[in-house]
Amino acid sequence: MEMTTPKDLTEALTAIDQDPDAVLLAGGTDVMIGVNFGETWPSHVVGLRRLAELTAWEGNRIGAGVTYRRLEKGPFAALAELSRTVGSPQIRNAGTIGGNLGTASPAGDALPFLAAVDAEVELASLNGRRTLPWHEFLVGVKRNAREPNELIVATILPEAMPPRQAFAKVGIRNAMVISTVSACLTRREDGTTTIALGSVAPTTIRARKAEAMISSEKSPTEAAIAEFGRLVSEEIKPISDHRSTAAYRRHAAGVLAKRLLERCL
Amino acid sequence: MIITMTINGGQRTVEVNTPTSLLNVLRDRLELEGSKQACEQGECGSCSVVLDGELVCSCLVMATDCDGSTLTTVEGLGDEDTLHPVQQALVQAGGVQCGFCTPGFVVAAAALFDEHPHPESDVIKEELAGNICRCTGYGAILRALEELAARP
Ligand SMILES: Cc1cc2nc3c(=O)[nH]c(=O)nc-3n(C[C@H](O)[C@H](O)[C@H](O)COP(=O)(O)OP(=O)(O)OC[C@H]3O[C@@H](n4cnc5c(N)ncnc54)[C@H](O)[C@@H]3O)c2cc1C
Ligand code: FES
Ligand code: FES
Repeated sequence: MEMTTPKDLTEALTAIDQDPDAVLLAGGTDVMIGVNFGETWPSHVVGLRRLAELTAWEGNRIGAGVTYRRLEKGPFAALAELSRTVGSPQIRNAGTIGGNLGTASPAGDALPFLAAVDAEVELASLNGRRTLPWHEFLVGVKRNAREPNELIVATILPEAMPPRQAFAKVGIRNAMVISTVSACLTRREDGTTTIALGSVAPTTIRARKAEAMISSEKSPTEAAIAEFGRLVSEEIKPISDHRSTAAYRRHAAGVLAKRLLERCL
Repeated sequence: MIITMTINGGQRTVEVNTPTSLLNVLRDRLELEGSKQACEQGECGSCSVVLDGELVCSCLVMATDCDGSTLTTVEGLGDEDTLHPVQQALVQAGGVQCGFCTPGFVVAAAALFDEHPHPESDVIKEELAGNICRCTGYGAILRALEELAARP
């Protein structure tokens, strides 16, 4: 096996330009599961863990290599909150936001936050850079729009972040759990509300009808909050799998939506 | 490829030509069998090590990504004559039964106490949430660490 440990971004981009089949390795918390269980046995690995360009975090531009441990202590409330729910300390010390985007699992816990705030994903190749809105980046179950010669460099949050934001997930126990349903809700002073959900569709999704309904309510009544929850359960497209049933996911999504809204009022 | 690591203060060099984990290399190639292998999926914490200052599961680290890294394994924390304070506390409180999980708990707890010498009970629970024990029911492990946290 060949291991490339690039010293800077250009070296990394050159390596994947020459070998588009090279496996990119950040924290390894997804990649190594595949290796340990014999599902992937890469012949060329490019290690990203030490690339300063990826671990950089300036204001609203969060490098792909920023770990959950750092995000936990950051200024974005819902991002910090979700980061505290990821895996265990060992996983949070290694796992990165770029790895969550790279894996693009419907259960990726950073993704509902990025969707709720309308974040962008910055990609780089030897040919230059491009930036995609989150919904153009996440294209299917464990599929994203990255080209083989591209690296995820950063995620960019909007300048004006919503002042109120909250994240919650449901799983089978408290620590170390893959989400059965996850949700992130944001609300602005003028009532504008967004809600994104994970594990309820092939990709992270926004519940736009529910958003439109509740955004027009300046001070939502109990009935409006209940209607918001109902619309969220209706809008999602959950499936039954080994973790849960579609019916339970619909129910849980509605409950989470109401709870998060109440926390943000 | 040849990788060189500083492990528990000493330089170790080993040739690795597969994507295998750091855990496998520690156990099978470097005769450091203190880090235990159980789930190989980051769930149990029995393989915990401190890599470049961070507590991680060595089963989820690719060995070839560690060239130039600094590593502390359980072997670096104490020995039979001079136990690490965490080991001492576990012995005193009876926090060990079969002992399989113990190295992972020792490494994780030592990392916690390095950063917070007097952690609250809730913090101890949170920070050890990545370590699983099949035997003790956790009560004795927690009591051991609470007792250590309360020492001046
Ligand atoms: C025990 C355990 C618990 C977990 N709990 C959770 C949880 O609660 N919530 C959750 O969301 N996830 C969880 N995960 C999954 C995983 O930790 C996250 O998806 C994490 O964000 C992956 O980051 P990483 O840096 O370890 O990625 P890696 O494993 O290094 O990479 C993941 C994928 O992204 C690609 N990649 C990484 N960086 C880049 C980049 N810069 N550019 C392009 N591609 C890139 C890789 O090639 C790979 O395909 C858990 C995993 C384990 C083992
Ligand atoms: S063997 Fe590494 S966490 Fe279980
Ligand atoms: S003492 Fe047996 S697993 Fe913990």
